Amino acid sequence: MAATVIEAPTPKEKVRDWTKPAAMAIPKEGYVSLKNGRYGPIYPRTPACHGFTIIAKIKPGREDTIRGYGKTIEKAIADIPDVLETLKLHYLRWVLFDIGQDTYFMYQGIFDTDFDKYTEDAVALFKKVGVNTVFENLEGFPEDWKTNVPAFVKFVREHQCPSFLEYGEYPYATADEIKKALQLKAKFSEMLDLMQ
Amino acid sequence: MTIYSPPLPKSVGRELPKADAGSLEFEDIQHFLIHRSPALAARYEFLTFREPAAGRAWLRAMTEKVTTAAAVRSGQLDTRWVTVALSWNGIRALGLDDHSLASFPEEFRQGMATRAEVLGLTGGNHPEHWKGGLASADLHAIVILFARDVLERERCRVEHEKFLSQCQGVEMLSSLDLEAIPPFDYAHEHFGYRDRLSQPAIEGTGEEPMPGSGPAIKAGEFVLGYPDEEGPSAGGPRPEILSRNGSYLAYLMMEEHVGAFRDFLRQHGETQDEQELVAAKLMGRWRSGAPLVLTPAKDDPKLAGDYQRTNDFDFGKMDPYGYACPLGSHIRRMNPRDTAANMNRRKMIRRGGTYGPPLPEGAPEDGRERGIAAFVGCASLVRQFEFAMNVWANDPNFHELSNERDPIVGTQDGTFDMTIPKRPIRKKIKGLPAFTTIRGGAYFFLPGIEALRYLASLT
Repeated sequence: MAATVIEAPTPKEKVRDWTKPAAMAIPKEGYVSLKNGRYGPIYPRTPACHGFTIIAKIKPGREDTIRGYGKTIEKAIADIPDVLETLKLHYLRWVLFDIGQDTYFMYQGIFDTDFDKYTEDAVALFKKVGVNTVFENLEGFPEDWKTNVPAFVKFVREHQCPSFLEYGEYPYATADEIKKALQLKAKFSEMLDLMQ
Repeated sequence: MTIYSPPLPKSVGRELPKADAGSLEFEDIQHFLIHRSPALAARYEFLTFREPAAGRAWLRAMTEKVTTAAAVRSGQLDTRWVTVALSWNGIRALGLDDHSLASFPEEFRQGMATRAEVLGLTGGNHPEHWKGGLASADLHAIVILFARDVLERERCRVEHEKFLSQCQGVEMLSSLDLEAIPPFDYAHEHFGYRDRLSQPAIEGTGEEPMPGSGPAIKAGEFVLGYPDEEGPSAGGPRPEILSRNGSYLAYLMMEEHVGAFRDFLRQHGETQDEQELVAAKLMGRWRSGAPLVLTPAKDDPKLAGDYQRTNDFDFGKMDPYGYACPLGSHIRRMNPRDTAANMNRRKMIRRGGTYGPPLPEGAPEDGRERGIAAFVGCASLVRQFEFAMNVWANDPNFHELSNERDPIVGTQDGTFDMTIPKRPIRKKIKGLPAFTTIRGGAYFFLPGIEALRYLASLT
């Protein structure tokens, strides 16, 4: 094939330089300009990747059940380390906290697929591995979630609290890219060892 | 996708494979997504109902002309195949009650023009540029006529024209004539790519999936009222009769800029062979249809037409880095095979054909419009069609590519790239031009026969 590099300027906003730490202030709505996705507004990819922070009140008396899910997920990952691979996650943080008499659950996830795809993939995954979702312990969660993905997505969207600031020390790098970089480092070290 | 045909498929003139006993209600299912018709010509007519009663009278008469899956399966030699589908506004115009209207999925109620942003229909693809009334709320129904040849299409056209003239209150907004383009020995579109190579087999029709395509897909992924890949059907439109044997269709009329495409190939390939390789890298298959994964360096037309082999490959194990088939190529995006999750929930059935005159090889761009006008059939537009357009075609970060979209059907504005993995260093084509423009589109509901009768009898 002939040389195929043509110089055409790539717009500045598309250049995502991981070497330069970046922060993004986000308006209250959760996006800078309204763009519609399949289930509602698209939340932007920030220097801290895609993600969500879902906060919802738990059903009374369910705190222990929810904490139990911590163990369930820990075991699931230990048994099958790549069980959540399709979600393209970086990190999950689950937090329980009280406001007055009520207990709230915060599900914070940072991942590389878009918001709606994450939710769809999560529903499919939970069904596939036969686990009920921790969300069943939250008030207002649709009981028919297994057959009604749009209702699941709606619940997640309604309880999403958009960040107003996100920061990335190595902005926009995906989990796959980071894994590749670490693999490369390991392989390179091995190569150097072999050359001794 | 195209309407091509000779030689006749083996299925014509004989009974099709036996379906599983008691599986699908073929008498009640329109043939459109279940079986291909051996058509060489087609015509789509887009209609509006000015009067509900007139719309119902038209629908009542047309329902009797619709070709059922059972009719095609019986092996009778038809010369024309009729399909009728309705927009949400069309169903409303027929007089369905508000409660039932609200039971249709949101994306269908909104219609494709409203969902333009989701689908990446921006810039020159935006509905404000569409023609034929497709972006209008007046678009109520489509009649899809597939005909054995142009003569038969013209006969049917005149017949329907006569009938319409008696239906005061039903008007044609626009129409599109389609014809197969030569050579007729295999299905292909204006850029010259062979088509119809990868289509899901529907469980219960008795059709065997091609090697490499995985098992047959549950009927509920395409036809309402049957179990889908995740269990029993649920959440169909009300009343229940509308949830039996219907499907959703996404229609897209996509102009193909053949002159620009050929210029691009010449720009990036000095010899004919180099140009063919560039074309292959964009698609993921040689224009003959031979898959790059199986034959990366040289075209193999025999392989292309061998249905035992032409789909028998994966990406994850056989070509993980895209050295053969680029990660961002069309087939790798539209059917990621083993490199995407929940693939069986994203399958779609394509039907359609080519319109406009072919541009002879070597001829300069003549400015005439030509392209593909096709339908995607599925049980959920948001989960299947919109997902494919939104994530697979237009997500710039698909497979970590960071600034690419589908080179054929993605929304291109000259600012996206195309990476071609190659040892030792990949090639990157910057500023990919748009080879296609969406000229129109719509969402339709393809009801079962009894559902059509029900809608035609509303009071």
